[in-house]
Amino acid sequence: MSSENAANFEAVASAVTGEIGEDEWYRPSPLERIQRTLHKYPALGPFLVLVVMVVVFSLVAPDRFLRPFNLSLIIAQVTVIGTLAIGQTLVILTAGIDLSVGAIAVFVSIVMANVNVALGIPGFLAVPMGFAFGTACGLLNGMLITRLRMPPFIVTLGTLSIFFALNLWVSGSATVRGTNMDPLLLWPGQPITLFDTRFTLGSLGMLLMYGIMIYVLGYTAWGRYVFAIGDDPDAARLSGIRTDRVLLSVYAVAGLIYAIGAWFLIGRVGAASPQSLQIANLESITAVVIGGTSLFGGRGGVLGTLFGAMIVGTAVNGLTIAGFDPLWQRFAIGVLVIVAVALDQWIRRVGK
Amino acid sequence: MTAAPQPVLQATSLVKRYGRVVALDHADFELYPGEVLGVIGDNGAGKSTLIKCFSGAVVPDRGDILLDGDKVHFNEPTDAQDAGIQTVYQNLAVCPALDIATNLFLGRERRVPGWRGKYLRMLDHKGMREDAKRELSQLGLLTIQDMHQAVETLSGGQRQGVAVARAAAFGQRVVIMDEPTAALGVKESQKVLQLIRDVRDRGLPVILISHNMPHVFEVADRIHIQRLGRRAAVVTPQSHTMAEAVAIMTGAMEVKMTAEEIARPAAVN
Repeated sequence: MSSENAANFEAVASAVTGEIGEDEWYRPSPLERIQRTLHKYPALGPFLVLVVMVVVFSLVAPDRFLRPFNLSLIIAQVTVIGTLAIGQTLVILTAGIDLSVGAIAVFVSIVMANVNVALGIPGFLAVPMGFAFGTACGLLNGMLITRLRMPPFIVTLGTLSIFFALNLWVSGSATVRGTNMDPLLLWPGQPITLFDTRFTLGSLGMLLMYGIMIYVLGYTAWGRYVFAIGDDPDAARLSGIRTDRVLLSVYAVAGLIYAIGAWFLIGRVGAASPQSLQIANLESITAVVIGGTSLFGGRGGVLGTLFGAMIVGTAVNGLTIAGFDPLWQRFAIGVLVIVAVALDQWIRRVGK
Repeated sequence: MTAAPQPVLQATSLVKRYGRVVALDHADFELYPGEVLGVIGDNGAGKSTLIKCFSGAVVPDRGDILLDGDKVHFNEPTDAQDAGIQTVYQNLAVCPALDIATNLFLGRERRVPGWRGKYLRMLDHKGMREDAKRELSQLGLLTIQDMHQAVETLSGGQRQGVAVARAAAFGQRVVIMDEPTAALGVKESQKVLQLIRDVRDRGLPVILISHNMPHVFEVADRIHIQRLGRRAAVVTPQSHTMAEAVAIMTGAMEVKMTAEEIARPAAVN
């Protein structure tokens, strides 16, 4: 805004005496303060849950859980779902949902591997082709949602089946073994040993992607638009945001992120199997929800999702080490999801 | 009497149909410099559709919109905003979960100068927050200290303050206010009405759409009465009483006006 305009504005405003809403000022109770703090910092809740879990498991199994190697292992274990959950977070922030995340990722991994192995195209081309393919899949979701005005749940429920079926058809239901692949395709699986930890390039890549997306969502106009559209699409449109275009780009970016996740998957498994990631949609949504992002859109963020994915990974790892039957892992995750959504409902009532 | 000045905003014979429903039936409209124009009409008279044509939210099927005498076409709300028309919507058009500064600058974010803004497209959060704070304190909204605060944590009056501040800060030629006092109490309404006068006194014409007759009669210089998709009459608080305005609005009273009378209905006195 020009300074001249601001000066005019001053003249206008100086004539308005008194303060709107001054008599509504009140001191919030401690519980309301907690509610407001959680409202302001959506990643704080999941972070505290993660800290508590680490402390508890460290007390239960100090010799085995709290070792650098084990902690880095948890990060390696959540690499693929953690990466896919970044894209899922973007979609859920716009008040959408993506059920086709696993289908896109597994389809991309099959395309990437077959382009390289069956067609003999070198890895430095096969990997970008896989990325382009994933972006196209996401774009298709976005087109169906914005052009045909269909609910994301239905669109991605449909494309989930379509992409998965095409993936079986393209692959002939056969796994592509890593031994025949260009090393670049397996690169994300490369271990990196630092002191006592053991990361993979894929897990570092995942952390880097979280860093980039935290920046993009928090510090660019596009990031603000993603939140605005999920919060109130009409208000966003009336503010001059081209909501359909932004929405389309969200699904395309999500598709690209799934494709990168597919690359990490090939590296982690050391092969491309058309039967993998069958419940990746539920797992990624679980990470997003436990991470404090609201299913109603507009609230949350990717940092929370990272904590959400780590919480799931820590629960599985810690409960295994503590000697519980695997059924209790699922039980614990179920409880976490319900608690997270209940908390979200409470936080959303702030100021009401 | 002298010829009427050129309208800032003019519409001639606007038509808008939604299927078989005719929202605008050859509606005319003029807004002159330096005035507050009240727009009243019964539900379904086409007030909202008319105003949405000016804010770019609705594209008319037929008819012309002229801004300072030049024909304009608004396909998107951004087109109208770029042309200098700012609207405060009935539902406030703010994103409740986003903070005050973000809402104030939504759709026209500013980037930091230098390479971070250019290549990393980094937003100037600090600068926008400072500006937002200045705007709001100028509006007398000093109780709001934290520009990080989400709009949904504000009171109704404070939220309206944010929406009005945005329109007044960015409006270059016309400010449209759609039911700005609908959700407010008596005291807060008075402050918003005062703000409308102040925006006008600064030289920015204001279109005020409201169901609240006393509010319209209090601040409007002229009152456009919309009925059955077209303009039934233009009156002033001096020339007509509220009861007469309601009679015209409901069709109980018919008026025929010349172009000159419409431009200067005060001359009727």
